[in-house]
Amino acid sequence: MDSLLSLVLLTPLMGMLVLLCLPSANQQAIRLAANIVGLVGFLVSLPLAFRFDANAAGYQFVENIDWIPFLGARYHLGLDGISLLLVMLTTLTGFLAILSSWNAVTDRIKSYYAMLLLLQTGMIGVFLSLDFFLFYVFWEIVLVPMYFLIGVWGGPRKLYAAIKFFLYTLTGSVLMLIAMLVLYFQYHQEFGVYSFGIQELLRISLPAATQQWVFWLLFVGFAIKVPMFPFHTWLPDAHTEAPTAGSVILAAVLLKMGAYGFIRFSLPLLPDAANTALIVQVVVTLSLVGILYGALVSLVQKDWKKLVAYSSVSHLGFCTLGIFSLNPNGLAGSIIQQVNHGISTGMLFLIVGVIYERRHTRDIAEYGGLAHVMPRFATVFAFAMLSSAGLPMLNGFVGEFTILQGAFERNPLWAALGVIGIVLGAAYLLWLFQRTMLGQVTNRKNLGLADLSLREMAIFAPLIVWALWIGIYPKPYFDVLKQPVSQIVERVRPGVYPVPSGVRSVEAATR
Amino acid sequence: MNALDLIWMIPVFPLLGAAVMLLLGRRLDPQGVSPQALSDALRAELAAGGPPADHHHHPDNHGGHAAHHDPAHHDPAHHDPAHHAAPASRGLVGIICAGCVLLSLLLSILATVQLAALSPRSHEVILYDWIAALPMALTNGQVATLNAQLGFLLDPLSAVMILTVTGISFLIHIYSIGYMQHDGGYYRFFGYLNLFVFFMLLLVLANNYLLLFVGWEGVGLCSYLLIGFYFHKKSAGDAGNKAFLVNRIGDAGFLLATMLLFVTFGTVRFTEVNAAVAAQGDALALTAWGSVAVICFLYFFASTGKSAQFPLFVWLPDAMEGPTPVSALIHAATMVTAGVYLVARSNALFRLAPEVSIIVATVGAATALLAASIALVQTDIKRVLAYSTVSQLGFMFLALGVGAYWVAVFHLFTHAYFKALLFLGSGSVIHAMGGQQDMRHMGALRDKIPTTFRTMFIGSLAIAGIPGLAGFFSKDEILWQTVSSPLGSQLLYAVGLGTAALTAFYMWRMMFLTFYGEARMDAHTAAHVHESPAVMTVPLLVLAAGSILVGWLGVPKVFSALPPLFHSFEHWLEPVTSPALLAAHDAHAHAEHHDHAALEWALMALSVGIALAGIALARWLYLVRTDLPERLQAAAPGLYRLLWNKWFLDDIYNSLFVRGLTLGGGRLMSTVDRRVVDGGVNGAGWLTKAVSSLSMWWDTYIIDGIVRLTAFTLRVVSIPVRLAQSGSVQGYALAIVVGILVLMGIYGRN
Repeated sequence: MDSLLSLVLLTPLMGMLVLLCLPSANQQAIRLAANIVGLVGFLVSLPLAFRFDANAAGYQFVENIDWIPFLGARYHLGLDGISLLLVMLTTLTGFLAILSSWNAVTDRIKSYYAMLLLLQTGMIGVFLSLDFFLFYVFWEIVLVPMYFLIGVWGGPRKLYAAIKFFLYTLTGSVLMLIAMLVLYFQYHQEFGVYSFGIQELLRISLPAATQQWVFWLLFVGFAIKVPMFPFHTWLPDAHTEAPTAGSVILAAVLLKMGAYGFIRFSLPLLPDAANTALIVQVVVTLSLVGILYGALVSLVQKDWKKLVAYSSVSHLGFCTLGIFSLNPNGLAGSIIQQVNHGISTGMLFLIVGVIYERRHTRDIAEYGGLAHVMPRFATVFAFAMLSSAGLPMLNGFVGEFTILQGAFERNPLWAALGVIGIVLGAAYLLWLFQRTMLGQVTNRKNLGLADLSLREMAIFAPLIVWALWIGIYPKPYFDVLKQPVSQIVERVRPGVYPVPSGVRSVEAATR
Repeated sequence: MNALDLIWMIPVFPLLGAAVMLLLGRRLDPQGVSPQALSDALRAELAAGGPPADHHHHPDNHGGHAAHHDPAHHDPAHHDPAHHAAPASRGLVGIICAGCVLLSLLLSILATVQLAALSPRSHEVILYDWIAALPMALTNGQVATLNAQLGFLLDPLSAVMILTVTGISFLIHIYSIGYMQHDGGYYRFFGYLNLFVFFMLLLVLANNYLLLFVGWEGVGLCSYLLIGFYFHKKSAGDAGNKAFLVNRIGDAGFLLATMLLFVTFGTVRFTEVNAAVAAQGDALALTAWGSVAVICFLYFFASTGKSAQFPLFVWLPDAMEGPTPVSALIHAATMVTAGVYLVARSNALFRLAPEVSIIVATVGAATALLAASIALVQTDIKRVLAYSTVSQLGFMFLALGVGAYWVAVFHLFTHAYFKALLFLGSGSVIHAMGGQQDMRHMGALRDKIPTTFRTMFIGSLAIAGIPGLAGFFSKDEILWQTVSSPLGSQLLYAVGLGTAALTAFYMWRMMFLTFYGEARMDAHTAAHVHESPAVMTVPLLVLAAGSILVGWLGVPKVFSALPPLFHSFEHWLEPVTSPALLAAHDAHAHAEHHDHAALEWALMALSVGIALAGIALARWLYLVRTDLPERLQAAAPGLYRLLWNKWFLDDIYNSLFVRGLTLGGGRLMSTVDRRVVDGGVNGAGWLTKAVSSLSMWWDTYIIDGIVRLTAFTLRVVSIPVRLAQSGSVQGYALAIVVGILVLMGIYGRN
């Protein structure tokens, strides 16, 4: 059995343990160690991308051993195209988040880096688990370090934000737990054994009505995490108060856990519910409202970071719109857009972090004319802005267009409303750029600001390269998504689209 | 060398130039924060309080470079050689960038020559599958894969476009070497300019709609960057934003059209869409406002953004905030014609949607007239030309709307020459005037800047439609097609003719105000008026030659005695604009042309007459009776205000869409978010806290109270017991002794 996934999963955790053994007084050693662990965590995940076989059906690098026998819970890991992209996103942005903290955090740095690394393992675990129970454990693990990152190293209103984040997410988790148990006991009733295995749970046959309320239970859990309108209000506070690395990880990875939940659990486990007209209408409506609402609210923010936070609501609306278009392009576009959002919004938060480190204010009115003083910084910001606004040949366009094409296929009106979100997206970003970067320098405090350092350039460089890659040559991404996406669509809406050769349906694979 | 297989290299050269400039340019042309980068208040503050606190960290930021200089604020002192002691490496910037465009131009010429020898004249080079996504269900029930290639198509239409784009771009690059000499950010300017050429070439060479959109958005981006080039000026930043956002509204139409195209035909590749249209033919056009008509309408809507037509033209005049070579290249000769190219490229679809063609023609004619009317009262020389561009683009859409696709492209082609010439000429005037753009402060420049004057004279004759010059041939053909085409009408012709008269008038108003009459500038400026260097005037001369000659490629068919070369433009474009299946129809139309020869001659005479009348009127008003314009203005103040305020369209859009829907909506939603959505959450939190406080109180005073009450009762009841149980050993001992004594006393008595 290949244990590559365990290696990827446990590297940050092991690193955390090593880190805890270092003397607290030696800050430089702690910083260095944390960065090395982050880099190693990314490097060990690279073979996943190289060894992944896009044409193979089902999960790869599978590890499956008994964990808690009397519950039927197993340590079951596996990777498909969807989780591959999200794991790579996690390992890269996780490392960059650690790298970005070098000067930003000076207080209790040992615990700080330990929390970041624990978070890393939790998130990777969420994307790798093929056992609902294991998934749930990782899902809850993620909550704890994030709570502390916001609550200890956050801004002025950190306690409010941290508690809000915790309670919101916990509420969702509890509902998700109930849904999980319903499926668990249903499986026992039908097959006489207990199992949390995702592939096993696919075999249960729930009546449509039960599927629907189980769907809503899961929905609240995932929708809070995404977050979808109207469950989004924890996000601006959490993002704004979190330290830069926390915001980056929150935006780049944590939010994707919700969308991943829809794709991995809601659609395949409850296919009849997911394809119900009412459910599709409600979820799509909430997505579209989120797209437009998030964009409009972004437009009037006075706080740089809050603006970026609300833009996430808008961008994630595209992701859920794509998922609930329930067709191959909508789903594939959604997953690519999740990666894109990680790259673009991650960059935007890093940018706020860079300037916050220098000026300790997020008030947009404090800035203006920075492009004169920090030309490199302005160039990177312009790049991130264009990537986020979906300029073709950059990453955002590929995701947005594919999602909208998928939405158009189901209902042209959805696409028409989504396109308005793209227009508004350009508006709030350009206006932010103008107010902060262009014009004359009006505040003498901005005059002496240092441009990006080499370390800071090194943080942005991989994200810029990645954004260009997806924009210019997205084919490999569609290739790895072809198999898993086709399977999910086939399960929810059988027979509408051709299934790629070599793919057996998920049911056949498990029986 | 097979240049046809290398057409993908045509855009690559300027991309390389741009990459070199944007990555390394700062080293070739180092600069610091210019004084203009600081607001007046801050400059005063610094002057009073000395250097900023942490100034010593970044001495570079305050280097004394005379950077960032807008010609609009030219200070004659800067002609002092000490002030433009630019590093020698700066010269390299212009050479690299102009050289890259020259390479593209040469390759374009070579490829076009080789294309001419092909049959059929069409060559596609596909590099790779770009967006190669997953299957989708089409409206006809079939399943196709969402796919768009990174592919290039060279056919007669794209050949005309690449020659125009690279040719004009090259001249403007040369001109800019001189024009931008005194400006900071030299490398940035040339980098953006090269990037623009890359995207524009991608736009016209793309083999599918989605890749065309890449160029479409890319040129928009470069336009944004270059309009905002003097980004220390708020007006420049505002104008850039406006251009980008208004274009984005059009782009929404482009995206929706492309999606509908995908689900209708399963492909967005030009050759495949055209083949599908040819195969399904009129079946697609059976119902009014079917899919094809909607696609056409949405593409046209997108074009109104990029090509500045009503209702989205408002960004173009503001775009004049950019440096003048940018106005010439992007906002006159090339980018703004992208919409015309798009419609011409989609002519197979538009032929099936006459209901949309009528809209195209009407909007084109209306925009031409509207913009010309605004141009009548403008006083800024560049704004006159900007509205003139909008108006001329309206003519092109009028041609497209009446089905005269080749004529639209022909006018695009001739317009590129004379409008680039006029803009560059105006730049030369502004350069001579030390940044002055207001024609009320010009006059009598004729002899002081003779080359500029002569070349602009030719350009103004060309645009006015004087026979023998380029503009005459193309504009007259449009007017003729407006009458003769089955889609045309007398009303459209009348609007076109009226606009032609206005054009001649406002262009010559500009000429008379600028070059004739008496000098109205102050003495200081007058003393410094000088002709531009050769690096700027040679491009003017070349463009002037073009403005005369290029029209002769499309001489009206009534001149039947001329050899075929003089009708070659239409013939060259035939494979694209008159596909084979319509050839028979066109042959019929050709025959008709000759029947109407007499009418055509008459109309030609009419339009020449009206152009001359326009020029004469301008001369009379602005040279002879110079008091009349003001009296006219006073006589019709309402009309003047309407025109001066550009029909109030900016104000209407601003209050309705910008402040109203967008910002208003944003503020409303933001309040809703805080008060209602989050209010609910915080309310729930407050309620929970309130309930727990209540529980706490209940717990403390009631439940705990009962417990403590019980304890208290027991304590009270137990007092006697507790009194006895003092815990004192001596006490117990005493009690025992007393007890024994008492007992002994009782029993001892017996």
